[in-house]
Amino acid sequence: MWAWLVPLISFVFILLFGKYLGPHGKGAGYVATLAIVTSGILSFIALFVVWLPYHDMPAEVHHEEHHDTEDHHVQRSRVQSRHVQSNSESDSLFQQVSLFSEKDPSLDNDSAIYYEAKGHETNGHEGSAGHATDHANNPSPTYYTHDWYNLAVFGKLKLSIGCYIDSLTVAMFCMVSLIASCVHFYAMGYMHDELHDFTDPEVTLSNGEKLKRPGRYYRFFQYLSLFCFSMFGIVIAGNLAMVFVFWELVGICSYFLIGFYIERKSASTAANKAFIVNRVGDFGMLIGLMALWSSLGTFSFGDTKDAAGNVTEHGIFSQLRTEKNDYQIQPTEEMVIEGSRFAPGVTDSEGNVDPENNAGQWLLLVAGIGIFCGCIGKSAQFPLHVWLPDAMEGPTPVSALVHSATMVAAGVYLAGRFFPAFSPESLLVIAYIGCITLFIAATIAITATDIKRVLAYSTVSQLGYMMLSLGLGGWVAGMFHLITHAFFKSLLFMCSGSVIHGVHTNDMTEMGGLRKKMPVTAYTMLVGCLAIIGAGIPIIGPGFSGYYSKDAIIEQAFSFGSNNPQHVILQWAPVVGALITAFYMFRLWYMTFAGKPRNQDRYDHAHESPRVMTAPLVLLAVFAIGVGWAVPGSDLKVTNLLEQSRPIGTLNTSHGVLLPDLTIPNEHDSHNPEFKVPAGWAAFGTAALGVLLATVIYLLGGLKTSNELKQRFPFPHKFLWNKWWFDELYWAVLVAPSMLLAKWISKFDLGVIDSIIHGSAATSKGGSKIVDAVFDRTLVDGTANGLARGTWDLGLWLRKIQSGNLRQYVMLIVISTVVLFAAASYLPLIIPFQ
Amino acid sequence: MIHLPLANLLTEPVGAMHYVVVGAILFTCGVLCMATKRNALGVLMGIELVLNGANLNFIAFGSRYLRNDANSMGLDGQLIALFVIVLAAAEAAVALAIVLNFYNNHNSIDVDRADQLQG
Repeated sequence: MWAWLVPLISFVFILLFGKYLGPHGKGAGYVATLAIVTSGILSFIALFVVWLPYHDMPAEVHHEEHHDTEDHHVQRSRVQSRHVQSNSESDSLFQQVSLFSEKDPSLDNDSAIYYEAKGHETNGHEGSAGHATDHANNPSPTYYTHDWYNLAVFGKLKLSIGCYIDSLTVAMFCMVSLIASCVHFYAMGYMHDELHDFTDPEVTLSNGEKLKRPGRYYRFFQYLSLFCFSMFGIVIAGNLAMVFVFWELVGICSYFLIGFYIERKSASTAANKAFIVNRVGDFGMLIGLMALWSSLGTFSFGDTKDAAGNVTEHGIFSQLRTEKNDYQIQPTEEMVIEGSRFAPGVTDSEGNVDPENNAGQWLLLVAGIGIFCGCIGKSAQFPLHVWLPDAMEGPTPVSALVHSATMVAAGVYLAGRFFPAFSPESLLVIAYIGCITLFIAATIAITATDIKRVLAYSTVSQLGYMMLSLGLGGWVAGMFHLITHAFFKSLLFMCSGSVIHGVHTNDMTEMGGLRKKMPVTAYTMLVGCLAIIGAGIPIIGPGFSGYYSKDAIIEQAFSFGSNNPQHVILQWAPVVGALITAFYMFRLWYMTFAGKPRNQDRYDHAHESPRVMTAPLVLLAVFAIGVGWAVPGSDLKVTNLLEQSRPIGTLNTSHGVLLPDLTIPNEHDSHNPEFKVPAGWAAFGTAALGVLLATVIYLLGGLKTSNELKQRFPFPHKFLWNKWWFDELYWAVLVAPSMLLAKWISKFDLGVIDSIIHGSAATSKGGSKIVDAVFDRTLVDGTANGLARGTWDLGLWLRKIQSGNLRQYVMLIVISTVVLFAAASYLPLIIPFQ
Repeated sequence: MIHLPLANLLTEPVGAMHYVVVGAILFTCGVLCMATKRNALGVLMGIELVLNGANLNFIAFGSRYLRNDANSMGLDGQLIALFVIVLAAAEAAVALAIVLNFYNNHNSIDVDRADQLQG
């Protein structure tokens, strides 16, 4: 699993030698692309050669269980028989794992690797057998952890660099490296302008000329390499501290890449905005980290075990979900004590903590929401979603990478990785945030006319879907949507980049009819649109990749809604979102590719992109269609791969403690026909309705002039056009007051602090003058002069001895010798030296 | 009875002490010669005496017979004495050249007139 280091090597290489790689660093592109393709190949080798042959697909059995819910006895017996089966399975897996560790040289095979046995699942099953609603507990996922290097140890607290590898890691690796490879190839075509001196048409200098600057091709690939490296780092990280380090690396890389056209004011502002907004989220994340660290004393995800397989140090997850508690989430005793320090009234007069209080739950909530704050920032969730659309100022390959596979995915990935440590209340918060995000972003996307902005808001909206799904307990659904979305969204972005490359504008109102000019782009984009709206034959399939993941989310929402009638809005939001998604995606496609050209001039100059750009489009289109399918004749598909790493204890139906009404349903229940059928039809119906609406309005001439909608609904249009006035709100509430404050502070600085400083400077100057006169002139100078005069006088006196008379010299020598002899002979007698 | 220092040397067989005494007398004569002669050549002769007095000490202390040491070849003292002789020869050559030049300038070799180096 050293794939993640390859882009780093490439980054360092380009950093050092970028300028010398061919004319204007053309070689840099090859180096970076080679590196990412290498890591891609390594990832897929890891998936298909190392991982899959040794890890069975467990998920299908669960599905079967639900098809015969009528007969509980049959089900029970099946479950029982599965115990036997899984126990023997785990034995054989043990042997296979030892094989695995011998085969993979990058992992130590003695102490650091271990296999999380499935042995204790039997307890889980029997413990919950009495409850009809409780599903049998899911087994602990298979994972490997390994610390490569210890950075620092502070007593119990340890900071280290390590890895945590499970099937989610492997799947993410494959997804990221595949998409990044496509983006690299695509960028080699897209960025060819940067190979020579580049005249930026959007930057006007003060003398009215356009800015001319040397091309920065190699630098672009350098950033891309670093970016991919950081993303791999997040995915493989074995503890939260390491996640945080790479998290910030991703942030700084996105800053570089969004601000790639640094001379454009909009680009540098957008880069700053992205960075600052992310800082806000990271602040919350730091709070979460501190809450966890101070109470749990570890950042590791997994347990650390010694060679014999005994747990030496529990990770976060196994501390929060203990075997004793049937793997349900519960704050540890330290958390309760830690939390009680901030909660009044839970300690009695002797200072003992009431163990039944909810302070631990509150602390858990704080930690969960804190960590989630980081995810909000990175994944552009409400209320920190404002940076993502502005980030479209970066070059389009960056948009494709940042907004599909890497940066925003990092947030969702962390939420998914951290899932077992979220309490039900935290999950509810996540769900509501996701719900609000998906709705707001979808509505804004309706009116946007910048082709990339539509996609940006659709990204935000889809990220909202993922968060919603995680929050409702749909772990696999959310992660699955993350992966499918990465494919079709990078496809859509790269198509839009291809369009922009062809017509040299972002504005959809100047496009139209491009289908005939750029067929490959048009039809791959159509595939992307169909994937994002989740097109497929309802209930029975097959469909595009989005069909599987989005339906899974909506099923989970229905399952959640039936359990929690008070949160019914969470059930219908994704359905409404699906409608809006279908509408704006097809509005985008129709406005760009269908109909008549709205700007004849641009239409005439449009051309299909070079093959280095269209080839990745086709490849991604294939994935956008098929990534949800199973490999024929086997159980091998993405959902089952993800199912392997489902965090322990999260399959249970769980109930809130602070909110006793809250029920996070078991994810497998959502495959019940009871939920699956209405959800499937709802998803299909709304999507179809959205497409129909878009068709009527934008294709069949339901709209006479392009401004008709705007005129007919002036207020809603203005409201959405201005993005719900979020930017203005933030300006008024946050930016303007802080500017005002800054002005005050600068006045304070000028008036008070500066005068204090000037005053103290003047005082010390005067003081030093006095010291100069009194001390320096008399004492110091006197000493120095006196010493000099003494030496001078001594010299004058000694001068007399040097008479030049040879015989006198001889006499002096003789006398001195005799005196020395005498001294040497008699002094030891007088003063005994020892 | 008055005990004269070194008087018993006259009754003892020849040993290191005898050499040392002769060396010391030579040395003293040389020093006196250097200190009292106004003739530069006389001063040079005094220097030769001093060096030879020192040489005598080297030879005496280095000799294997006088040291009663069968393991030593007794060559080290003689070796250094040879060096001193060579050094004295070189020094004499240089000194005579200086004296010659001095004579050419002052028409005399009286060292009391050579006081240009005074400070």
